[in-house]
Amino acid sequence: VTEVETQLRPDLALIAGHVAKGARVLDVGCGDGALAQALRDDRGCNVHGMEIDPANVAECVEKGLSVIQGDADRDLAFYPDGAFDYAILSQTLQTTMRPDRVMEELLRIGRRAFVSFPNFAHWRVRTSLFWHGRMPVTRLLPVAWYETPNIHHLTVADFRAFVAERGIKVEDDWYLAGDRLRGKSVANFRAEHAIFLLSR
Amino acid sequence: LTLAVLSPTSRTAMATAAIIAASEVLELADPLPLDSGQQLEGVRVAYEAYGTMSPARDNVVLVQHATTGDQHVASPHPITGKPGWWDRMVGPGKPIDTDRFYVLCPNVLGSCMGSTGPGSPAPDGKPYGMRFPVITVRDMVRAQIALLDVLGIDRLYGVVGGSMGGMQSLSLAANWPHLPERVLVVACTATMPAQNIAFQEVGRQAIMADPDWQGGDYYGTGKAPDAGLAVARMAAHITYLSEASLTEKFGRRLQDRASKTFGFDADFQVESYLRHQGASFTGRFDANSYLYITRAMSYFDLAEEHGGLLANAFTDSAARFCVISFDTDWLYPTEQSRRLVHALNAAGAPVSFVELSAPFGHDSFLLDVPALDRVVAGFLSR
Repeated sequence: VTEVETQLRPDLALIAGHVAKGARVLDVGCGDGALAQALRDDRGCNVHGMEIDPANVAECVEKGLSVIQGDADRDLAFYPDGAFDYAILSQTLQTTMRPDRVMEELLRIGRRAFVSFPNFAHWRVRTSLFWHGRMPVTRLLPVAWYETPNIHHLTVADFRAFVAERGIKVEDDWYLAGDRLRGKSVANFRAEHAIFLLSR
Repeated sequence: LTLAVLSPTSRTAMATAAIIAASEVLELADPLPLDSGQQLEGVRVAYEAYGTMSPARDNVVLVQHATTGDQHVASPHPITGKPGWWDRMVGPGKPIDTDRFYVLCPNVLGSCMGSTGPGSPAPDGKPYGMRFPVITVRDMVRAQIALLDVLGIDRLYGVVGGSMGGMQSLSLAANWPHLPERVLVVACTATMPAQNIAFQEVGRQAIMADPDWQGGDYYGTGKAPDAGLAVARMAAHITYLSEASLTEKFGRRLQDRASKTFGFDADFQVESYLRHQGASFTGRFDANSYLYITRAMSYFDLAEEHGGLLANAFTDSAARFCVISFDTDWLYPTEQSRRLVHALNAAGAPVSFVELSAPFGHDSFLLDVPALDRVVAGFLSR
C-alpha cells in the first residue's frame, strides 16, 4: 500500500489496491478525483471519471484527470461496450434513480466492476430502527431522511440476492466496519460498508 | 506550403476604409486549397503573438477567435481602443499564462482585420466582394496550419477556442490530429444546429436587403450596408445574452425619458443598447466578411465531414480534450457539448467536460466567470 493509497478513504484504498496496474478504469461518481489520481499516479492506470458536481469536476481537471460532468443514471449509456477493464461505483449506487440499470451499464462498459455501498442492515441501523423507530443517522449515513441523497438504501443481503438473480459473478467481496476489514460471516449484521468485485 | 513574411509597409491597404490591424501579416507563397474545390492565391494571415517560444518550440498555445473576433486577443483593438477580447484570460499570470506559453492568435480567413477576406484585393487589384469563394471552418484552419508551418511549429501544447473559435479547435483536432496535445473548447458545437443556421440567415438577409450592399460591390462607393449590418448584429447580439441578464441589465426601464413616447424611438433601454451595439459594430466590421464567416459556420458539421459519425472525427487524435458549456447559453446549449463529449468518449479520447453556471448566456465565455478561469488554468497546467 503506497502513501497516496493510505490517505484514501478506506474503501477507496481497498479498491485501489485491487486494480491491476496499467488498467483502463472508469470511476463513476469520482468526487474530487482522489481515487482516480491514486490509480493514475501509483498504478499507472488510464483513468476516466464521471462526476455530477461541477465544482468537483473542476478540481479533477486541475489534477490533470479526464472527468466528465455527468449523471450515472443517464450518461453511462454513451460509453461503448467493454471500453474499460474496470468500472468503479463507490458509495454512489444508493444515490441513483435506478440502481439495477446502473449495475447493468457498469458491467456492460467494464469487464469488471467494483461496487461499494453502505450496508443498511448494520446493527447500528437496525438498533435505531428497532428501539427508536427512526430512520438512522450514522457516521456513514449522516443526513436526515428528508435531505439524504441516498434514495435507494440496500443491505448486503439485498445486494447478494440481486447479483445472484441477475447472474452476476462475485469475484471477491470485502466488508468494513470502523474503517477496518471484517470477516465475511455475518457481514450483513456487522459490516458498515461493503465492497464487491463483480463480473459477467 | 512556404510563405513570405511581409513587412508592415508592404501591406496593401484593404479596400475598406479604416479596418487594418497593426499585426504581423504573412502571405502564403502557395495557393490555399479550399473545401469548395477552389483555391485562393496570395492569402494573407494576420496574427498576434504573446510570450516567448521555448527553444524546443513546445509551449505554443493557439487561441482561435469567434465570429466577429480578431487576432487582438490580449492587445487593444486598433479601431475601438478597447482591451483585447480575451484580455482577462490571456496574459502574464493569467489562466493562459504568457509567462509560460507562447500564445498565437491568428485572424481567420474571410475576416476584415488583416487576413484575406472579401474586402481584400483580388488578383485583378479590385476587391473580391462576392467573387470571394465561400469558405469553411476547415479552410480557416488550413490557413492557420500554413502559418504554423512558416513559424516552424509542428506541435501545439494547446489549442483553445470559444464559440466559432471552438469549431476551429475541433476542426484542427480532427483534421490535423498529430498537432495538438490539448484541445479546450468553450460554448461550442461540433455540428451547427438548425436554430443557429436560422439566426445567421436572418443576419445575412438583413445585409443583403440593404440597398447600399450593392451586390457586395460597395467598396469605394462611399456607401456600405451599415443599416443591414447593424440589424444583423442586433439580432445576433440577443442570441449571445440570456433573458436573465437582459432583465437584470435593462428590465423594462425607459431610456432617458419619464414615459413612453407613443412613437418608434428607442423608448426602452434595451432598444437603445441594441441600436448602439449595431451601430458601433459597423465601424469595426465589414458586412461581406460577416456574410462569409457566418456562411462558414452554418456549413460546419464535423460529423458529416467524417462519414456521418462524429466519433470518427477523433479516432486518430492523441490529444486530451476539455469541453466547457454554460447553463444559460441557449445558442450553444449544454446538450451540444454533451453530444461532442459522448463522441469523444466513443472514440476513446481522454476528455473532461463541465457545465459551468454563469448568468451571461453564450457571452459567458468572454466575461467574468471565475470558475472558467480555474478550469482553463487547471487544464493547461499539466
